[in-house]
Amino acid sequence: MNRTPLLFLNVLIIATCGLVYELIAGTLASYVLGDSVTQFSTCIGVYLSAMGVGAWLSGHIHRGEARCFIEVELGVALLGGFSAPLLFLSFARLSWFHVALYGIVFAIGTLVGLELPLLMRILKKDLDFEDLVARVLAFDYIGALAASLLFPILLVPRLGLVRTSLMFGLLNAAVGLWGTWLLEPQLRGVNWLRARGVLVLVLLSACFIKADIFTTLAEDDLYSDPVVYSTTSPYQRIVMTRSDAGFQLYLNGALQFNSADEYRYHESLAHPPLAASRSRKKVLILGGGDGLALREVLASDGVEQVTLVDLDPAMTNLSEQFPPLAELNRHAFEDPRVTTVNRDAMIWLEENPGRFDIVLIDFPDPNSFSLGKLYTRGFYRLLRRRMMDEAVLSVQCTSPLFSRTAYWCIITTLRAAGFHVHPYHVAVPSFGIWGFALASPVPFDQPQQVPDGLRFLNDEVLQSLFVIPNDLGPLETEVNRLDNQSLVRYYELAWWEDARPGKAASGSTAW
Amino acid sequence: MSQPLSRREVIAALLGTPVLLTGCGESAAKNPPLPPGKLVGASAKAGHRTRTHQPPEIADEDWEQVPVVIVGGGIAGLSAARQLSRLERSDYVLLELEPEAGGTSRSGTSPVVDYPWGAHYVPAPGKANAPLVELFREMGLVEGTDEAGEPVYVEEALCRDPEERIFYRGTWYEGRYLAAGASPEDQAQYDRFREEVDRWVAWRDDRGRRAFTIPMSVGSDDSTVTSLDQISMADWMATHGFDSPRLNWLVDYACRDDYGLRSQQTSAWAGLFYFAARTNSAGEESQPLLTWPEGNGRLVAHLRSQSKGEIRTGLTVVDLEPVEHDGRQQVRVKAVPADGGQSVGLIAERVIFAAPRFVGRHVIAPWRNSPPEGLEDFQYGAWVVANLFLRDRPAWRGFPLCWDNVIYESSSLGYVAATHQRGLDHGPTVFTWYLPLCDELPVEARQQLLDGGREIWAEAALAELSLAHPDVRSLVERIDVMLWGHAMILPRPGFLWGGARQQAAEPFRGIHFAHSDLSGLALFEEAFHHGLRAADEVAAALKTWN
Repeated sequence: MNRTPLLFLNVLIIATCGLVYELIAGTLASYVLGDSVTQFSTCIGVYLSAMGVGAWLSGHIHRGEARCFIEVELGVALLGGFSAPLLFLSFARLSWFHVALYGIVFAIGTLVGLELPLLMRILKKDLDFEDLVARVLAFDYIGALAASLLFPILLVPRLGLVRTSLMFGLLNAAVGLWGTWLLEPQLRGVNWLRARGVLVLVLLSACFIKADIFTTLAEDDLYSDPVVYSTTSPYQRIVMTRSDAGFQLYLNGALQFNSADEYRYHESLAHPPLAASRSRKKVLILGGGDGLALREVLASDGVEQVTLVDLDPAMTNLSEQFPPLAELNRHAFEDPRVTTVNRDAMIWLEENPGRFDIVLIDFPDPNSFSLGKLYTRGFYRLLRRRMMDEAVLSVQCTSPLFSRTAYWCIITTLRAAGFHVHPYHVAVPSFGIWGFALASPVPFDQPQQVPDGLRFLNDEVLQSLFVIPNDLGPLETEVNRLDNQSLVRYYELAWWEDARPGKAASGSTAW
Repeated sequence: MSQPLSRREVIAALLGTPVLLTGCGESAAKNPPLPPGKLVGASAKAGHRTRTHQPPEIADEDWEQVPVVIVGGGIAGLSAARQLSRLERSDYVLLELEPEAGGTSRSGTSPVVDYPWGAHYVPAPGKANAPLVELFREMGLVEGTDEAGEPVYVEEALCRDPEERIFYRGTWYEGRYLAAGASPEDQAQYDRFREEVDRWVAWRDDRGRRAFTIPMSVGSDDSTVTSLDQISMADWMATHGFDSPRLNWLVDYACRDDYGLRSQQTSAWAGLFYFAARTNSAGEESQPLLTWPEGNGRLVAHLRSQSKGEIRTGLTVVDLEPVEHDGRQQVRVKAVPADGGQSVGLIAERVIFAAPRFVGRHVIAPWRNSPPEGLEDFQYGAWVVANLFLRDRPAWRGFPLCWDNVIYESSSLGYVAATHQRGLDHGPTVFTWYLPLCDELPVEARQQLLDGGREIWAEAALAELSLAHPDVRSLVERIDVMLWGHAMILPRPGFLWGGARQQAAEPFRGIHFAHSDLSGLALFEEAFHHGLRAADEVAAALKTWN
């Protein structure tokens, strides 16, 4: 068998792989650091100089080129193959991302620099020098062309960076493994080499199949407790963690509830409007896809219909079907009185003319412009048209302690929309001091009585919720309008980093 | 040794399929396939019929008598139609060559959201522009007046915050001026530029008129202001010592955005107008913007709904012949339908010519042989507008999606997200991408426009959006492209105050003119103003007779 053409195919593959790793590093660095010109220049520079180092090092290898070549292939397969996942992880975990970046680029470059000199020395036994140089370099450059075309056209759009790097790792490993047959006459201990080659192949294939795991790995550090469930819906990242005290729900990294003390929050959201309203036949819940406010409403007398509007079907389905959560909300979504709608609340209000006796608003904090619009005067005016004249509304309003301006901005905005408002607050250990607003289109009295048997609220506590301590007292703010979104800006200023467990870095999305 | 493998075989082996080299050029692997879509272009064929078409013969019995004919159903024509209706005159016929009225304010519909094909916002007018405030009041967009008597607009109609972001080196930043990374010198120049603009906002001539205001005809014609028209905006920047690249980029962007010209090609008067006309008083923020998912298509629909006369679309006016009849001025109007059917002849007492002025050269009979002086000064820019239909939002870094999304140092104007004003923040969306062709010669720009075809322009839009959103190509399901050959009047130095424009608004033998080009600025407010003015002129003239 003439092995020379096959060895040239090796040249082509390794040339393609080599350029792909370089492109991956440059692309990834521009993704996470920006400034693509600088990132590509420095990555290419480091990579090429490292190849020079590799080539120079090859001069110090005096025998066993075949074995060296296979070892190098397996090394490139591992290092290059895992380069994208490693770089993604190091960006999530390390403050010295640059060191990791250039370290990995340099190491891959050095190994790739060793490849061709070694292969040329292996091939020189079959060819004369002129022919050898001409062909090896020709295939090297063709490989480069293939890589530079495939990378932007097929690989990045179809596979993504992580899978691309793993796939080319697989190719390098395949070349190494194949080499154990092609170069068998020049090798000793060939079975051991082969076994290692197979191991590398298996490792890379497994990761290629489970590439999604890297998102989760990078995420675990963000949460203090083990992640028991996570999914990415088109709208948000939903994560549930479990601790000794219970379990927690995070949306886009922001804590929504802790099962240990959520009753304090949800009783305070649901019972004041239930108590203040004359009628409670028709109830509307906006947000609240966890079903916990719904649980409180359904347990009250006289409720005939509840409509729950939550943007994300992934969230309401989880609350209905994920056993610990379904137990916590007492299978609220299975109650025949409940209608669940998955729609943006503002759009739904525009489209549906029905009117309600009680409205509960349980949206996530206004940490993005798309949430901020659900706290605007325009939104509240629209909502008012969907409320009976004497209907009562309660709104979760973020923390009046951590973001006092944001809290009072919501109160001011409700008033600007024509509501009469009683501000109130409650202590929820997982959150801190939490703020709410009780509002109605007509003047109304603070509620006096809640039903017996609640875990947190009784009549005395209910009164105390409406007493505002000095450090939470009113501030003058702008009205939050669709065209100024003042609230999002107040909120961003107030919530300092890590003020609240797992606060989302809002406004940006991962690549 | 045996014959080595050929390159093609080797690469084919590598790829598993013989795709890359075998059919290089036509191969599907060369580029991912372009999403489907259609070319929507303004009806160049129907329009160009005005140049080549021999006016048809119309039999005596086929002539219809119509008191008023409005030629052109863009904003000026529709505004004239609404105004005539308000003046209790519904005895008019509006003729529009496109299948639907609206001109460059037309819009499209999709199951997700309606979207613009051109103009897409109007700065909320102050009380000084009473007729326009009245229009918005009629649309239910004014909810009251503040202490100063200024109209208060309903918040849903004002552009939703966040309004604008700019893409620079991998990241989006809030606003349109690139503040990130600005040097102290950049910042100082930016502040000084704002001061300079404020100086013009506060400036009044000896009759108390502002330098720049809307409609522009209400502003000052003092030579202190009009002499700005003699130099380009770029020259004005240079003479004032503004050399900050990011400031100059902002000004250049403004010129391309409103006029389709580079700052070197734009009259300094127009350049300053952009910044100074939309601010009520010095130091204030500029007026907020009124906008709709479908852009000014909303205004088109409203104006249409207020037009009680007849609107006939798909009819190209090819001949306007002023004649004397029993001592009265009449205009004989001939139009041919796009579908090649029966030609139409209308005998009008008055015509409101609400088409761009260059069309008059081919249509107004006496002008074919002796065009009025200065007609050649009216030049129009070419634009490409692409609507990209995305099944989901693309990834980004930095500041989130805004209404207007601008890419620093790009030749396009970036894109507008139609879902923004609709309040749809997740899932499918439509991006409208704008590219003015700023070639020195409009004729060349139009040739480039037509040579491109849908594929080239769609690819250009995708390539540019891919800079800011690497995954956008995989999310786009359709790209429709509109080619606007004569999108807007070009306010080059010397045009605005050179005289030709002022004379052009004078009626000509029963033909009254109404188009934004009479202001030299392709703005809704100007088109609306001229529509109203022409309608008032016509109504007054008919009243005197009847």
